[in-house]
Amino acid sequence: MKNIDSFTHLRGESIFVDDIITRQDTLFGLTFDSPKAHGKIISVNYAKAEAVPGVIKIFTYKDILGENQIGGIIPDEELWAEKEVHFIGQPIAFIVAKSEKIAKKAKQLIEIEIEELPVITTAKEAKEKGSFINAPRSFNLGNTENAFKNSDFIFTGETFSNGQEHLYLETQGCYAIPQENGNIKLISSTQGPTAVQKTTAKVLGVPMHKIEVDVTRLGGGFGGKEDQATPWAVMTAVAVQHLKKPVKYILNRHDDLRMTGKRHPYQSSFKIGINKDLKITAFEAEFLQNSGAAADLSPAIAERTLFHATNSYFIPNVQTTVLSCKTNLPPNTAFRGFGGPQGMFVIESAITYAADKLGINKKEIQEKNLLKEGDSFSYGQIAKQVEALNSWETATTNFDLKTLKSTVQKFNQENTLYKKGLSLMPITFGISFTNTPMNHARALVHIYQDGSVGVSTGAVEMGQGVNTKMLQVAYQTLGISPDKVKLETTNTTRVANTSPTAASATADLNGKAVLKACTLLIERLKVVAAKMLSVATEEVSITENVVFVNGKNSDLSWEKLIAEAMLQRVALSENAHYATPKIHFDKSKEKGHPFAYHVYGTAITQVTLDCIRGTYEIDFVKIAHDFGKSMNFGIDIGQVEGALAQGIGWMTMEEIAYDKNGRLLSNALSTYKVPDVFSAPKSVEIIPLKTKGNDMAILKSKAVGEPPLMYGIGSYFAIQDAIKQFNPNAELKFHSPYTPEKVLMDLYAEN
Amino acid sequence: MIQFILNNEIIETEVKTGLTLLDFIRDYQQLKGTKIGCREGDCGACTVLVGTLKDDKILYHNITSCISPLGNANGKHIVTIEGINLENELNTVQKAMKDNFATQCGFCTPGFVVSFTGYAMNSCYSNTTEKDAISGNICRCTGYKSIEKAGTQIKEKVDQIAYNSINDLIENKFLPKYFKDIPQRLKNLKISSLPKGEIIVANGTDLYVRYEDKLSSKNITLIAEKPLLKGISLKNNTFQIGASTTVTELLENQEFNKQFNDLKSFLKLISSQQIRNMGTLGGNFVNASPIGDMSIFFLALDTKLTLFNEENKQKREISFQNFHLDYKKFDLKKDELIATISFKEIQENELFNFEKVSKRTHLDIASVNSAGRIKTNNNIIEEAHFSVGGVAAIPKYLLQTNLFLSGKEITPNTIKKAEQIMQKEIAPISDVRGSNIYKRLLARQLFFAHFIKWFPNQFSLTNLL
Repeated sequence: MKNIDSFTHLRGESIFVDDIITRQDTLFGLTFDSPKAHGKIISVNYAKAEAVPGVIKIFTYKDILGENQIGGIIPDEELWAEKEVHFIGQPIAFIVAKSEKIAKKAKQLIEIEIEELPVITTAKEAKEKGSFINAPRSFNLGNTENAFKNSDFIFTGETFSNGQEHLYLETQGCYAIPQENGNIKLISSTQGPTAVQKTTAKVLGVPMHKIEVDVTRLGGGFGGKEDQATPWAVMTAVAVQHLKKPVKYILNRHDDLRMTGKRHPYQSSFKIGINKDLKITAFEAEFLQNSGAAADLSPAIAERTLFHATNSYFIPNVQTTVLSCKTNLPPNTAFRGFGGPQGMFVIESAITYAADKLGINKKEIQEKNLLKEGDSFSYGQIAKQVEALNSWETATTNFDLKTLKSTVQKFNQENTLYKKGLSLMPITFGISFTNTPMNHARALVHIYQDGSVGVSTGAVEMGQGVNTKMLQVAYQTLGISPDKVKLETTNTTRVANTSPTAASATADLNGKAVLKACTLLIERLKVVAAKMLSVATEEVSITENVVFVNGKNSDLSWEKLIAEAMLQRVALSENAHYATPKIHFDKSKEKGHPFAYHVYGTAITQVTLDCIRGTYEIDFVKIAHDFGKSMNFGIDIGQVEGALAQGIGWMTMEEIAYDKNGRLLSNALSTYKVPDVFSAPKSVEIIPLKTKGNDMAILKSKAVGEPPLMYGIGSYFAIQDAIKQFNPNAELKFHSPYTPEKVLMDLYAEN
Repeated sequence: MIQFILNNEIIETEVKTGLTLLDFIRDYQQLKGTKIGCREGDCGACTVLVGTLKDDKILYHNITSCISPLGNANGKHIVTIEGINLENELNTVQKAMKDNFATQCGFCTPGFVVSFTGYAMNSCYSNTTEKDAISGNICRCTGYKSIEKAGTQIKEKVDQIAYNSINDLIENKFLPKYFKDIPQRLKNLKISSLPKGEIIVANGTDLYVRYEDKLSSKNITLIAEKPLLKGISLKNNTFQIGASTTVTELLENQEFNKQFNDLKSFLKLISSQQIRNMGTLGGNFVNASPIGDMSIFFLALDTKLTLFNEENKQKREISFQNFHLDYKKFDLKKDELIATISFKEIQENELFNFEKVSKRTHLDIASVNSAGRIKTNNNIIEEAHFSVGGVAAIPKYLLQTNLFLSGKEITPNTIKKAEQIMQKEIAPISDVRGSNIYKRLLARQLFFAHFIKWFPNQFSLTNLL
């Protein structure tokens, strides 16, 4: 089934927040943000700005009737700065005017005096100065100290992986409309409607039921609108609370880039022990997460780094520690992979380094240590239905790694100006919110009396096709044709208390709720049908809008059945709740069973390096991926290809740069480059692993949003491999992204 | 008054000519299919088609409407996504996209559809591929493979159509029927001249990135269509190119193409198709960026500029080497415009090459770019013109290096010595496009690249290092 939004998307008829035809009395908002990365606010003079004709009001912390607090996990973030500023781009005030142009003009007239304080921009610096978000976290398995004593080889090293801008094509924004009795409706581009509702209520000092959040779709989210869509919505709501007029605020690209957080940069160090048989004996890592100026989701992201620090490998002795370092950058936030990619980059670096020092192919170590059935993860979960080896063997056999390698070897012997490199990248990614209480969802299904169906869930559609999957679950379970089902907007008045659309788990959680609701409805309807046809309920089934008895068409149509059910006063609506069973995690012990299941896969990446210019092309990425039993292969392939491109972007060209004063240098699309059509791998081949599927996944179709991003890590090591072919003396560096600049410097580095 | 046809509707408006076409489409016409992604021509979400009447035909080009002044729509046919929709069904491009799962979140999608449609309308006489057509469209969801597949399907369909005339395209459901009458309707428009303003703008690809706030509320003086600044001609072995010639016009000019072995490979490194369709040579020169691609390209061609004074109607000619004076300063007096760009035809014993390296190969600003033109005779360099960008306050013509090379034999030793002279002529600074050490290294590499490309049997990396 094609994405159900295809028709309107392709005709430009899909409505995003900025496309809503606004009420005539709508006002427009704009943020005045801190020009300094750290300091005390001495004074702010709004007089000139307020005097600009068309400026209605400039809101500050003084206008907040509830709490000036938007921090989710830790209450450490003000909506509008009161006394101190902690990063460039921190909101201080909100200008509301008759037009965006007027607001812009007014913004330039605000005068601010700040007494500057020392600025920290790197995680290392923060660690040295003891600047942290929270207490460090450590996962332990076995005893690394003893294991290192008995290891044949020990290697240590350092790595850096840079941040990444989400670059959702649709910038952040919200349109707030006053309703009667002080109620407010927010049309927000958010992955977390409940987070917007809850935070708005808190800041406005009103109960949650006064705030309605409605989301039709997002023009991309990728984690960037999980937590950080909230402040802009709250600002518009504060303005509506005071002005009783609709307020619209769409961030322009520069403001969005400057004011919002990104994927966390990580500075890490590792120690790896290996025996002569190439078994990894022990692994230690310290992850310094550059969290930015407030907690945001950093603690949860840090935790996931630890969950994935050993990637697809079983290592009997593990000690990993993560420190969320507080710096003067915008609070970094969720981004597809949620700390997992940063963890995996380190273990892959460690293995690469060890292999290089041992003079062997990295593949030998990877292969020897792949996770097996019954192995324990460092957090205590026992690996079940493991597909690590299956994916590795499927990839290396089906794609004929041997031939690929000999072709590369031959090419490298024959060419001096160009060199090719290869890499293998296995992945293992846990599915569930690691914070167990978040793993729940609800679905509200109405069958209208004409037989048409409306489905509401807590899932937010942002391109990943979740609504298409929800529609599939509904029509398949009800036994009706897809055109009878409509997916409603995601709205807090229909489905309340939702978890954000995140952690790859949304289709599972909401899909299971839809499945449950539809199953309850259909069971009830079967009773009605059985009565109408004078047969036993067990004999009845519904397929393609018709009731069947013992597999035979009964001529009783879906419409007639529903009409009869109405006459019999049978409930045609169902609201079902699903909570993932079996999962638990004890943070005091850092042990438990946090994931419903894991997703596995292996990617082979080949690059060609231009050794004169330091540029490169990705020849291909060949992937064996664990889809479970994919319920929509077209959509799932799209997720793999899209995530892969984002992972490659993170590892190659996407380079976030701040100066030492905390000013973003990569502050526009002219200086921050994401992959374009020409930088995509020339070919991407994906084969689905043959597996039994997993019952914890919706219709056995495994979560697919995040895991494939980490295949992109392979591009870093393929480039590194090619550099080695040209310059065997180049010292291995683990410092992503591998931009053409770093490549050229390494090609010509003398050691 | 600005007059043009927007989709199927004649527009007559007194709105300021400096407003962006994008804002006019979205805010004044409430056509919301054209999206705002970045407002600097770097994402393509706002892509529209501009149809220009030439003889009895209309040539359609895709452009980013966010950096295009409304005034430039005067007399044109502007087509947005709404203007290519068929009634109640998907058109051929849209269908190919749907069939291949080439839309996910949908925000960039209209831009891709419009670009592909432009390709379908242009493919018979334009030397671009379906992939070139979307070179300025960024998608963050799909990873492009599904869009490429859709593109291939579209190309196959287009290739089956005999002449790609509007009628053919209508018949094959690429376009709605009203397109048929557009040429006549455009001809019938009584175009009036537009009011002037303080600021002079050609096609605005650079000015709108920097000064949109200032320009959008004003009338501006638009010069892109000035006859004095148009045209490409070859007379007496000399090319005369009007300063408002776009990069696409260069690419589509047969005479100009003949000068170069592979002009396309050079010019495809410059921005995106949307911007090549607008960006003018003169605009690139007066932007005066030390890294301006067309400046570097034409410096190596040993170019002369004819400057025209609008007030006293006087002309003066200067060497392009002397045009850029200091960072963002150039030799253009009040009321003067660059009118014509001229250079001597490349002879058989001459070689030309252009090199550019940027973080992303396409639609990116160079870290370093370089061009070279040499005249050789029996392995002796008779004349050399090398330029390099991103390494000085101005686009750098390597005067000393060029002087050194004149009369020298083409040997690895000569090139190595010349490279050392080049290093003395340049003074790169560290910025977001690279460290100064990197830029020096890259300048060397690109300098060598010219020779390795020209004389693959004579030069290798090993004998140059």
